[in-house]
Amino acid sequence: MHGETAMLPDTEAGPASRRIIVGYGFWIFLLSDIVMFSAIFATYAVLSRATAGGPGGPELFNQVSVAIETGSLLLSSYACGLMSLAIGAERQAPTYLAAAFTFALGALFLGLELREFAGMIARGATPQRSAFLSAFFTLVGCHGAHVTAGLLWLIIMMAQVATKGFSPIVCRRLLCFSLFWHALDIIWVGIFTVVYLIGIRG
Amino acid sequence: MNLLGKLSWSAIPIHEPIDMIASGLMIFAVIAILIWITARGHWPYLWNEWLTSVDHKRIGVMYCVLALVMLLRGFTDALMMRSQQAFAAGGSHGYLPPEHYDQVFSAHGTIMIFFMAMPFVIGLMNFAVPLQLGIRDVAFPTLNSVSLWLTASGVLLTNMSLVVGEFARTGWLAYPPLSELRFSPGVGVDYYLWALQISGAGSLMTGINFTTTILKMRAPGMGYMRMPVFCWTSLAANLLIVAAFPVLTATFAMLLLDRYLGFHFFTAEGQGNQMMYVNLIWVWGHPEVYILVLPAFGIFSEVIATFSGKPLFGYRSMVAATMAICILSFIVWLHHFFTMGAGANVNGFFGVMTMIIAVPTGVKIYNWLFTMYGGRVRFTAPILWSLGFMVTFVIGGMTGVLLAVPPADFQLHNSLFLIAHFHNVIIGGVFFGAVAGYMYWFPKAFGFTLDERWGKAAFWCWFIGFYLAFMPLYALGLMGMTRRMERYDVPQWQPWLIVAAIGAVVILAGIICLIVQLVVSIRTREERRDLTGDPWNGRTLEWSTPSPPPPWNFPTLPRVTAKDAFWVMKNARQGVQPRAYEPIEMPANTATGFITAFFAVVTGFALIWHIWWMAGVGLIGAFVTILVFAWREENELEVAAAEVARVDRSYRAGPA
Amino acid sequence: MSVIENQHAPGEQIPILEREAGRFSGFLTYTTGLVLAVILTATSFWAANTTLLWAPGVPLGLAVLAIAQMGIHLVFFLHITTGPDNTNNVLALAFGLLIVTLVVAGSLWIMANLNDNMLMPDLMNLQTQP
Repeated sequence: MHGETAMLPDTEAGPASRRIIVGYGFWIFLLSDIVMFSAIFATYAVLSRATAGGPGGPELFNQVSVAIETGSLLLSSYACGLMSLAIGAERQAPTYLAAAFTFALGALFLGLELREFAGMIARGATPQRSAFLSAFFTLVGCHGAHVTAGLLWLIIMMAQVATKGFSPIVCRRLLCFSLFWHALDIIWVGIFTVVYLIGIRG
Repeated sequence: MNLLGKLSWSAIPIHEPIDMIASGLMIFAVIAILIWITARGHWPYLWNEWLTSVDHKRIGVMYCVLALVMLLRGFTDALMMRSQQAFAAGGSHGYLPPEHYDQVFSAHGTIMIFFMAMPFVIGLMNFAVPLQLGIRDVAFPTLNSVSLWLTASGVLLTNMSLVVGEFARTGWLAYPPLSELRFSPGVGVDYYLWALQISGAGSLMTGINFTTTILKMRAPGMGYMRMPVFCWTSLAANLLIVAAFPVLTATFAMLLLDRYLGFHFFTAEGQGNQMMYVNLIWVWGHPEVYILVLPAFGIFSEVIATFSGKPLFGYRSMVAATMAICILSFIVWLHHFFTMGAGANVNGFFGVMTMIIAVPTGVKIYNWLFTMYGGRVRFTAPILWSLGFMVTFVIGGMTGVLLAVPPADFQLHNSLFLIAHFHNVIIGGVFFGAVAGYMYWFPKAFGFTLDERWGKAAFWCWFIGFYLAFMPLYALGLMGMTRRMERYDVPQWQPWLIVAAIGAVVILAGIICLIVQLVVSIRTREERRDLTGDPWNGRTLEWSTPSPPPPWNFPTLPRVTAKDAFWVMKNARQGVQPRAYEPIEMPANTATGFITAFFAVVTGFALIWHIWWMAGVGLIGAFVTILVFAWREENELEVAAAEVARVDRSYRAGPA
Repeated sequence: MSVIENQHAPGEQIPILEREAGRFSGFLTYTTGLVLAVILTATSFWAANTTLLWAPGVPLGLAVLAIAQMGIHLVFFLHITTGPDNTNNVLALAFGLLIVTLVVAGSLWIMANLNDNMLMPDLMNLQTQP
């Protein structure tokens, strides 16, 4: 032990450290974001057959593309984990390297998704075609928008590391970023399972 | 490409005299206030001490000011409705055409719930929770400021709709298909949606902030079961905010996508499902009313215990009841649409759950009664509001249990019986609680108590006025009168509506009493100075600070050993002399909240009027503001130990 | 200035002071998580496409695999454990999951029930095609 006298239970130890407070607050934010996704998920589930005579999942979804997207995002999450280790060790070069991989794999995911959307729109499967397509584009698109925001955030964080180093406040923000990035992969697990794998079967 | 989107001079309602008069009065009032501030040279003070403040006490006061101002606007809508309905019987058309009347009832509900009740309750939580927890500020002070100003942005946008364009005509929840573009092609629904999306984001941030604060930041020794009950109810309310507001955001986003990009979530075409909107909006809507009432319950616990001179009866059962209500409030939402067509098993389940939620509420009522029993009750204004609450809320709750029976609800849904019920619980519960809290904590915030006589006069006017205004509505509902009627042809209803209108006038007297109370109290404040910091012989930690407290609240964080921490300290004659004063780091003020909100208004206005370039400017502006904040060097300011010592010693020296 | 913390921030692997000793174990944790996640993902894709499984049971199987994958992420990437230092984080997660379940399951139950009671053509036909 490090020489503290009374070991009060942490519920009585007074205000927690800044890192705990920030981490926990961001955790609560993530849970609220997941509730938001669940409302869109529920809507998707309700509208999943409302194709208004237009194309449905089986005609539109390409499993190869989804598999590559899934792999990219998962590897991106892994790279983010390695980045967390580098940040913990306060080593700049490995941090930038891991961040670059995190970014590249995330961008690959996004690129493939945008290509998928463009392809669907070109075939007339626009979100304006039916309630099902509105729900699909919104659910998957909302996740994609979060990924985009995350990539932007990552660039800003690397700029902060470059200008402010591994100060406590920068490290807290990086902790929040990694929570965000892993949570996005968790949500993607739900999306590719429910929307694509179950949806492909018709 | 039209640079101003849909905006043109025709957006100003010059053909509607009532609108023009209202807009004119509002603009005149705003300009008058701005001129007064400028003439007196108050801008530096206002900017440095209030607009850029991240102090929870200042933010709490500003929320309450916002709420009380919007009370006036929402109540004006109420007076308009009551007067219209008192006249428009038989062949008479009253003075409000339907298109206008529809905007009035929509604005009334939207303003009262989102811009009066929410800010009032959030403002009181902001002020009192950190003080009661024995800490210096909330977990995220800058985020707190952003929350306040985003709420103000929603207020500003809603009020702008009076001057430029129109408001929604779809009721306070904007059900599709009426709220879809096909049936509401104007900007009214867009004003509604963007104002609420923006302020909703602010509310969600508050939820995150306070949940984290209550769970992770309490004074040393303050375990969960030593927290004041107001902190428990605030925790439950903020958990509900975190859980429910994202659903509102998602639902409004889907409606916005329908309106702006032609999606088919809730349209009649494309196999949209309007019932899903109703379902989702009430998944948010039911927890919302508990978000409003739980802090009010907490206020009553504090007020009743303090003015009875006894500890709150049944602390543990209060906590259990609060958390039970928190969870249960998430499994009753279908009772808002029993008549939408679900089968008996679904309706029955939700009906039973709704009745069950009355049980923990009843536990609370009994605990308050037992707190007063055997105590020496001082009949101050806050206690009067509390007693009025207990009678009024119980009646409202009983009519709620009646409505929870699906077959009964089939008769009464969307009738005036329903309107009477929810006003019964919201006015009797939320509003009476907020006013009790306002009068209870006013001396702590400003250093002098409010005038008691005007406070009691306000109570009696509100209490009598409420019953006059709403009891007739129960009868009318049972007689078959539907809500939101601009005129009607059943002459038997008119006498009741005239009584209701008289009730509204009595409530107006109550509002005037509240205004007069404030003016008189400020004028005669020297007679009612609070020099001890403890004007009510309080039990909780906020009363252990000077009135008003210094920015850092406590020179050293108190060590808590039991619940009712301050009461215990007083009786132990603990001379809480800190051994040594240390410098204190306080979060620095910042304009981030105010400027972000400015860009939010720009973005919202631009999106409403389809001015796409301006929306881009607004979003970029908000983004840049956040970047500037992220690179801020000075996050905290240090208060010297000598300054802390000076303030504390002058407080302890007592009244001069 | 060392402070004993009986609680950890979510996503935090080990206290900073002990981090130096634990770097390799950190790498191992993330890599194990990755491998397990890849296996589960591949299994999901296989299950969705194979004819070897009883068709009506596949959606349930996929759901179980999805939940397992989410669990892997929570434990190996987000370091959510059941230790006493993580209690607040787990409770918050449980609360979030409760709300998600109520929103999704509740909405589906209600909307399907409404759909059943309507005379119009089905808006929500959740039966998979034969």
